[in-house]
Parts: sequence; structure tokens; C-alpha cells
Amino acid sequence: MPLNFKSYDTENFYDELIDSSGVPRPGARILVERIESLPDGDIIARQKAAEAAMYNMGITFTVYGSEEGTEKIWPFDIVPRIVQARDWEYIERGLKQRIHALNLFLDDIYHEQKILKDKAIPADIILSASSFRPQCVGLDVPNGIWCHITGTDLVRDSDGQIYVLEDNLRCPSGVSYVLENRQVLKRTLPLAFEASRVRAVDDYPARLLETLQYLAPDHLSSPTVVVLTPGMYNSAYFEHSFLAQQMGVELVEGSDLVVMDGFVHMRTTRGFQRVDVIYRRIDDDFIDPLAFRADSVLGVPGLMDVYRNGRVALANAPGTGIADDKAVYSYLPQIVKYYLGEDMILPNVPTYICADKKDRDYVLANLDKLVVKATNESGGYGMLVGPHSTKAQQAEFAELIRKSPRNYIAQPTLSLSRAPVLVDDHFEGRHIDLRPYILYGRDIYVLPGGLTRVALKKGSLVVNSSQGGGSKDTWVLS
Amino acid sequence: MLSRVANSIYWMSRYLERAENVARFIDVNLNLTLDMQGQLDEQWAPLVNTTGDFEQFAKRYPSPTRENVMHFLTFDRENPNSILSCVRHARENARSVREIISSEMWEQANRFYLLVKDASRDKFLLENPHEFYSSVKMSSHLFDGITEATMSHGEAWHFLQMGELLERADKTSRILDVKYFILLPEAQTIGTAIDNIQWAALLKSASALEMYRKHFKQIDPFKVADFLILNRDFPRSVLSCLDRATLSLHAITGSSEDAFSNKAEQGLGRLLGELNYTQIEEIIHEGLHEFLDKLQDRLNWIDDAIYESFFTLRPLTGKSSHLTPDQ
Repeated sequence: MPLNFKSYDTENFYDELIDSSGVPRPGARILVERIESLPDGDIIARQKAAEAAMYNMGITFTVYGSEEGTEKIWPFDIVPRIVQARDWEYIERGLKQRIHALNLFLDDIYHEQKILKDKAIPADIILSASSFRPQCVGLDVPNGIWCHITGTDLVRDSDGQIYVLEDNLRCPSGVSYVLENRQVLKRTLPLAFEASRVRAVDDYPARLLETLQYLAPDHLSSPTVVVLTPGMYNSAYFEHSFLAQQMGVELVEGSDLVVMDGFVHMRTTRGFQRVDVIYRRIDDDFIDPLAFRADSVLGVPGLMDVYRNGRVALANAPGTGIADDKAVYSYLPQIVKYYLGEDMILPNVPTYICADKKDRDYVLANLDKLVVKATNESGGYGMLVGPHSTKAQQAEFAELIRKSPRNYIAQPTLSLSRAPVLVDDHFEGRHIDLRPYILYGRDIYVLPGGLTRVALKKGSLVVNSSQGGGSKDTWVLS
Repeated sequence: MLSRVANSIYWMSRYLERAENVARFIDVNLNLTLDMQGQLDEQWAPLVNTTGDFEQFAKRYPSPTRENVMHFLTFDRENPNSILSCVRHARENARSVREIISSEMWEQANRFYLLVKDASRDKFLLENPHEFYSSVKMSSHLFDGITEATMSHGEAWHFLQMGELLERADKTSRILDVKYFILLPEAQTIGTAIDNIQWAALLKSASALEMYRKHFKQIDPFKVADFLILNRDFPRSVLSCLDRATLSLHAITGSSEDAFSNKAEQGLGRLLGELNYTQIEEIIHEGLHEFLDKLQDRLNWIDDAIYESFFTLRPLTGKSSHLTPDQ
């Protein structure tokens, strides 16, 4: 029996492809019809062919702690996620506003701190955050831009509203999968792709290079740009080498670089060569053992000195982590208003700040319904998922919140939107999110596409690759 | 280019060439065994002698049976020179220079590794191994072909060439040396039918039998050695490999071919010069095995010199004290 969506059940979730009456959403009709017209077994064969192509091309991520087969292909679903032109226009406007405000905020926080003096947001939230870098105070970054590459996580709730779940302003990853997924999908569903008028993502590497070159001192006509990786055993190594390859620049490790005579150089077969711009995919903590963690062997000793003197550019600038701190996130509406005088376009997920008495009382009374997160932690640490927690865990968190309220925030548990994925021989709905990528150079550019992550486990809300997540190609329609 | 990257490219191609040649070693012995039915006992110890890994082998295997030697040289993870280890190292190196080589080359290095890895799980593979060993050889040739067709002949390509050619020169000399280690029952066998069969099998494993016949027609031990060491046109002969490796080395440094600018050029140039003006009679007079032994030593020396000349670079100014942060 050929595959179709007739028996596909959206189960009262917001589905990105099929509406609640079982009809394809506008823009998805061509794709759905194409899939339904394929001969028996064809889509399954195409899915297998796509996976084999990724395996042979070594499009993998690294799994820590196992000796053999330490690389895995990231599970990939063949049915693309479709974003309507109108939705995208809204997302793009919202993201541009957000990135603009966040950069003004970063420049202010590491200089005059006007926003704190004007009491638009509470000062202790900022100054006590571990992601605030005293080493960056007074830094004059090239062109005043701190965050050049951003990957913002978006989710859609059951009412169809899109929210920002998290700003990733440090070293956001995943864009290589956007480009590779597209390559594979173009080969797998060429007719539907062509007829749907999907916007191109392929010029991302060229735009990234342009963004990086823009950071170099003016007098350099052809600056030397490099990508700095922790090395081939890093989980995102594929992406680092992919981006270097696509931009045609060197991929370097910390040990390839050396600070000498006030500049950064790389060791080449013909001696030392000066490096002007570093797209670093190493966290702040590790980029320079003289400025940050002394035990780091991944970084370049003395790099921060050269950076401070304007003799090398770093993207992103160190210190950007303060702006994606969870407590700071909750003040973003105030931040946007303060710097731009505008209301925030893309809303945050409603956030209760436990430092605030009224919010705190609400949180303590509703621990069984809310998600509680520690403000200075990431990666799911220090977190309570109310609906899945025991009374004892709730009591424990109530105690923690009372003891140090400003270390916690809480958010309602969202009902993430879903999209169909191929499961054996039929389609089932799975929860998804979306990470678009934003470049900030001469102007702010939002790549028309993004990484759609899928929680492949039935009913799961976790889209991370380490916990059974996969990905889909994202088709932004023109 | 980055020193680290040059190093990885050099070793990527060395390891791929090594994997191919280990397959050739095993192949020569399988051929010999087939040709010798009943006339001589199967001899597998010579193989581990030739590759220089006998000590390591003896530590972990009770005896040099066909099964043990084949496993040791093919799938043993602890043997750094087994085919599986070689393709794994080659792939790791390729992975670390993915942005330098073409994506087709990377894909082939990846496929090559997957082929051997999958084969290592096939319990019955070594019972009928010919197909597997020839697919190892073909995978290596395919990589070379893809390289030729997709990679610019710039600095990276020259490092790749050097790695491949120096490895091949070394391994051709060792294939020739297999014969030395094969214990013959009596000295009289020299020049007999058995002897000729062995030399033909040896040529075959260097993919040299047809080309040899076009050149010399009759099988003759001296001529086989002449062909595999001193022939100018056969792409697996020692001289041909070193000749092309020298061209690549000078393309990298930019120095003229009649001069040297570092130890690697000096060592390689001197060796090539000597071979250019050597006759096979002199080699035989010196003793073929002794000659090959010395040749392998000199190739090792050249490898060290390449490492020193290109892959290690230390900052020279006072500021480099940054390299040892204060405690």
C-alpha cells in the first residue's frame, strides 16, 4: 500500500504539515501530493538511500566514551518541515530585532552599563552571573559587534504562537546539517522541492566568510581567516571542518597557533603566517589559558592580549554568554525596549523570575505544572520538569528556590508543535523545534532555513542528538 | 599550508599505500602456496619477518600458522600495521584534513575503512580471502584515481605523493625481500622450476608480472630484482618511486633539483643519485638482502628528515616564553 497521510492523526497537537482537519497546510500541498503519488515502498527506499549517502559521506557526530564506532550519523527524517513565507517574515523580523538589541546590550554591559544605572534591569542579576567575564570589561570589539553568529531556538505552542526558547550566542552549532540535509533532500525529493519554491541556503558559507572578513582591520585587503576547532574528537568536528572547507580557509587547532611579536601566527610548512580573523569554536573558558582557565590545552596562550590590542579578531567575541544567561533572557522585553524603544516582536516563553516575590509565590504554588531551571546552568542540569516530577523532588526545589531565589526561573510546560516522520511503513507525529542562524556583519542576515530538530521517541519533548533526537530539512517558502 | 595538515596528508597516503601493500604481501604468499602444492610446506613466518613485526607477533601468537599470520596482518587492532589499523589511521588523518582534500577523496577513504571494518566481522572471510585482498588493492587504486582526478597539484598533493611513493618504495623492497626469508630445502633449487614459480608469484604480487614479461620475457632472479629496483618506467619500482618523490619534494621547497635546502632533500637526492648510477650486478655482488636492508634504513632516515623539515616548527622569538605559562 502506498504511503499516505489519510490515517495520519495530529492528536490535537499543532502540526506543521497537516492542519487539524487533516488537510495539508498552504505550501505543504505539493509535498504531500508528491509523497502520496510515489509507488509502493519508494519513500522508504529513498529514506534508506539518504541514510546510506550520509554514512558514506561521513556526516557524523562523535559519541563520547565508546571506542569503536565513536561516530554516528545523526538520524535524519526524509519528510521536510515547511515554513510558510508569512511565518518566516515574522520570524526574520523578530530575530533581527533581537540580535540587534542583544549586541547593544553586550556593548553596554562591558562598557558604561547604562542599562543597570538606569535600573531598567536589576544589576545584581548581571554582575553575579558566572557568564559575565570581567576580562572583557572595556573591550572595544571590531565595529562594536560582539555576537556575529547566533543560532536561536524557536518553538511553537499549541495555539500556533512561535516563541524564543533560548538564545545561543556562544558557539551555536548545527548549521552544517542544514546545508547537508538540503543536499540530500534535493536529491531525494527533487520534483517537490522545485515545485514548492524553496528558498536557497547554499550561500551560507560565503556569507559567513564575508561576515568574518568584515571584522579584520580595514587596511587588510585579503585578511587570513581561520576556523579554530578543539580537534577531531570534538562532537561538532564535522561541522568545523565542513565550514572551513566550504569557506576555503584553514581549519586550525590551538597548537597550530602561536602568539609571537604581538600577533597570532600559524605554523605552516613555510614558516609562520599571520592570522587576522579567528572563527573560534572553542568556549571562552578554553581559548587562552593565560586569560581564562589555566589548565586549557585547547587554546592559544596570549590570544586575549593580541585581541585586546585589535591585532586579531575573534568571532564570537568572548563574554557573549552573559546575554544568553537564563535570567537575562527573562528581561529581554525590557532590554529591547531600553535600547530600541520598541516592543519585542518574537515573544519569550513566559518566564517567572523567582527573585521577584509575586512570581516566586506563583512558582512555589505551581511546581507540579512548571519547568524550573537554574539560571547559571545549561544542558538540562539543575532542572525540574513539574508534570514528570515526584512530590519529594518538588519539595526539594521549593527549598532551593526559597534559599536562593535569584538562581531560579520557571516556565510553563509547552506543548511543542509536531510534524510527521517516517516510522517503519507509516507516518507518525513527533515534536520539533527550529534553530535559525543569524549572521551579523555589515548588516544582520537571517539564513532562510534552519535546523529542525525532531524528538524521535514517541511523546518525547527532548530534541537533543544525545537523547534520541534527529533532524529534518527545513523548507522556507518564497 | 599548516604543518599539522601536511603531516596528516603525508600519513593518510602512507597508511593507505601500506594497507594496499600488506594485502599484496599476503597475496604473494597465497599465490606461492597455491603454486607449490605439496612441494614445500606453507611458510607464513617469512611474512612477519619481512614487514619487520616478528617480535610483536611472537609475543601474542603461539605459532606462525596461516590463520594467525593472516589475522595478525589483516584485522589485528593491536598491530599498528595491520590492514585494519592502517585504514583506520588513514581515515582519521583524512578526517582531520577533510577541508583540504576533495569530498570524493574523503568519501573513498571512509568507504575503504567501512569495507575493512565490515569484513573484520565476517568470520568466514579468511577461508576464501582472495576477493577481499583484491578489493583492498582496488580500494586503494580507486583512492589514487580519485585523487588524480579531483585534487589540484599543489602543495598538499605533493605531500600526499611523497607519502605514497616513499611507502611504496619501502614496500616494494620488502616484497622482493620475502624471497630471502623463504627457507628452501636445498640450495640446488635456485634456477629450478620451483624457483621460477616463486619469482613469478612475487612479481604478480607487485602487479609487475605482465610489465616484466614485456621487458625481459624470461624469469630470471637478477632481472626480477633489476626490474623491481632499478626500472625507470614501472610505477612500483624503487627507482621510479624515489624519482617522483624527489620531484614532489622539490616542488614543495621550490629549490632546484640539483641542490638541496634541507636534510630531506639531501638524503633523498643522494639516494636517488646512487640508484641512478647503480647496476644490478653491483647490488647482487653486495648481497640483495643486505642492499634492501640498507635501503630500508635510508628510507626511514628520509622519513625522519621530512618530519623535522616540515612538520615541527618552533617559534624563535623571546615572546615564545608564553608557551610555558607560569604555574
